Amino acid sequence: MFRRLVEPAGHVTVTIDGRPFSVAAGETLSTAMLLAGFAGLRRSARLGRERGPFCGMGVCFDCLVTIDGAANRQACLVRVRDGMAVQTGTRLAALADTVPE
Amino acid sequence: MMPFDLVIVGAGPAGLRAAVEAAAGGLSVMLVDEGREPGGQIYRGSESGAFAGTAKLGPDYAAGAVLAAAFRASGVQALFGATVIQIEREADGSFCVSVATGHDKAVVIRAKVVIAATGAQERPFPIDGWTLPGVMTAGAAQTMLKADGVVPDGPVVLAGTGPLLYLLAAQYAALGVAIDTLLDTAAPGNWRRALRHVPGFLASRYAFKGLGLLCKALAATRIIRGVEAVAAIGDTRLSAVAYRKGATERTIPAHVLLLHHGVVPQINLTWSAGAQHRWNAARLAFEPVRDASGQTDVPGLFIAGDSGGIGGAQAAEAEGALAAFGVLRMLRGTAGDDDRTERQWRRRLAVSLRGRAFLDALYAPRQSHLSPPDDVIVCRCEEVTAGDIRKAVRRGAMGPNQVKAFTRAGMGPCQSRMCGLTTVAIIAAETGQSPSDIGHMRLRAPVKPVTVAQIASLSDTGERSAVD
Ligand SMILES: Cc1cc2nc3c(=O)[nH]c(=O)nc-3n(C[C@H](O)[C@H](O)[C@H](O)COP(=O)(O)OP(=O)(O)OC[C@H]3O[C@@H](n4cnc5c(N)ncnc54)[C@H](O)[C@@H]3O)c2cc1C
Repeated sequence: MFRRLVEPAGHVTVTIDGRPFSVAAGETLSTAMLLAGFAGLRRSARLGRERGPFCGMGVCFDCLVTIDGAANRQACLVRVRDGMAVQTGTRLAALADTVPE
Repeated sequence: MMPFDLVIVGAGPAGLRAAVEAAAGGLSVMLVDEGREPGGQIYRGSESGAFAGTAKLGPDYAAGAVLAAAFRASGVQALFGATVIQIEREADGSFCVSVATGHDKAVVIRAKVVIAATGAQERPFPIDGWTLPGVMTAGAAQTMLKADGVVPDGPVVLAGTGPLLYLLAAQYAALGVAIDTLLDTAAPGNWRRALRHVPGFLASRYAFKGLGLLCKALAATRIIRGVEAVAAIGDTRLSAVAYRKGATERTIPAHVLLLHHGVVPQINLTWSAGAQHRWNAARLAFEPVRDASGQTDVPGLFIAGDSGGIGGAQAAEAEGALAAFGVLRMLRGTAGDDDRTERQWRRRLAVSLRGRAFLDALYAPRQSHLSPPDDVIVCRCEEVTAGDIRKAVRRGAMGPNQVKAFTRAGMGPCQSRMCGLTTVAIIAAETGQSPSDIGHMRLRAPVKPVTVAQIASLSDTGERSAVD
């Protein structure tokens, strides 16, 4: 789906759904996940359909993932760190931990 | 805690220039941005991105590194990776700015004056299948390019309207990235409507830049103009794009579809802070009402750059400077020792806004794309369709707040950023009212969902809560 045009300076390892991936150091998490083949990152609230990164700038909330145990983080606003553990597949109804308004 | 003279939200051209001028005027300044480094949308990644220090994305992009360096040299304090969730004016006229600094942390920063320079977002382009993984906005793809040096692989289709769509096509072309097809959905009549703005356009810097861009992208790309409908097709992810032009209907295989419908001001923060906003019929967007320095009707709250109305990067930078001079005048009684600089920035602003009306008219979206067919999802969060919204209107929901209560459109975590304008367009089409009378859904703070831990960390530090 996507490819790297510029070779990264270094690599780090992140775990996505329990599997280790070598990704570019400092890369945006949503980019790293697309490159690792994860097109859908969570499921929609009502119909349970897969959603992937859409706006890339923090406005659409489609790229929410769990990072090191913290739920509903916007993957497009986070950079990868060595040892980061990411979980996909949250169904958005699980936003119960947050206060919408 | 001593308040800062000035808190600036946003490190795009507007916020960076405001910071540089305010610091030069001797103010204590704190700048907050959700991104990782200075630059904003146009200059994203100009310090450490994949193309930092190169001219590969064009001369406009290269200008970002210069501005970022001036900002670093100004000594202004900055908080990156931090989201402002609320701006509140206190009884004494000062401001409390609530900032989420991590998933379990939030702080309150106090300021005498605030400049919001939060920029634009892309106007939603709701089409059939736009929620499928593999469908993204052109801006998202461009951000991946600037920040991470990553481009689409396999067949990629661009669809929609607006200068940014062609800019991305041109940037890809210059880098040797093949685009399968560009589906231009601007209405054919736009040319005629744009004609009366041609003199202004020819006097602008866009004329040269615009033509150069188009030629480059045109040579390398198959462009289909006058496209009337676009749909994303796939099961769990995008596999093809279907389009209709007159009697012709085609389906083309695609791994990536990049949508674009122009850009509109991000208004959630300034609206929730109580500033008055007004419908701009030429730009089809809500904009804050501001004076010549960018001050809103909330005294001490200034707005600069694209979040005040789309003017592009040069205009944003000029507005940033003018807002800083306005703040200096307010706090110090003078905008520096000579007002020649201010006049120069004002002239630059005027020059950079020439040609805008031409672009607005030329790239205006079609009515049928602003108010899409019944089965298209409008609210991505709550999966509410255009048909659901029409039904609610027919049952008596006359305004966007009622539509929200009837359908849940706008209740999800994006807080109507993806469905607000479409909802207004549908109500307008159904009732014949103008968007100016309809208004936007009420926008409230916190402007992004807040975690319990963030709220707890606020009270832990003894600061007042971000959520009332
Ligand atoms: C996705 C996208 C890509 C674009 N690409 C180009 C381009 O390549 N060329 C071009 O000429 N124009 C481009 N534009 C148009 C762009 O709006 C202007 O060129 C210019 O960047 C506007 O400058 P600004 O300072 O007003 O805002 P921006 O440059 O948008 O900067 C606003 C900043 O505010 C931050 N921000 C927003 N809300 C918050 C918050 N609540 N808390 C903390 N920080 C916040 C953002 O992270 C951002 O860094 C693009 C617009 C978008 C939306």
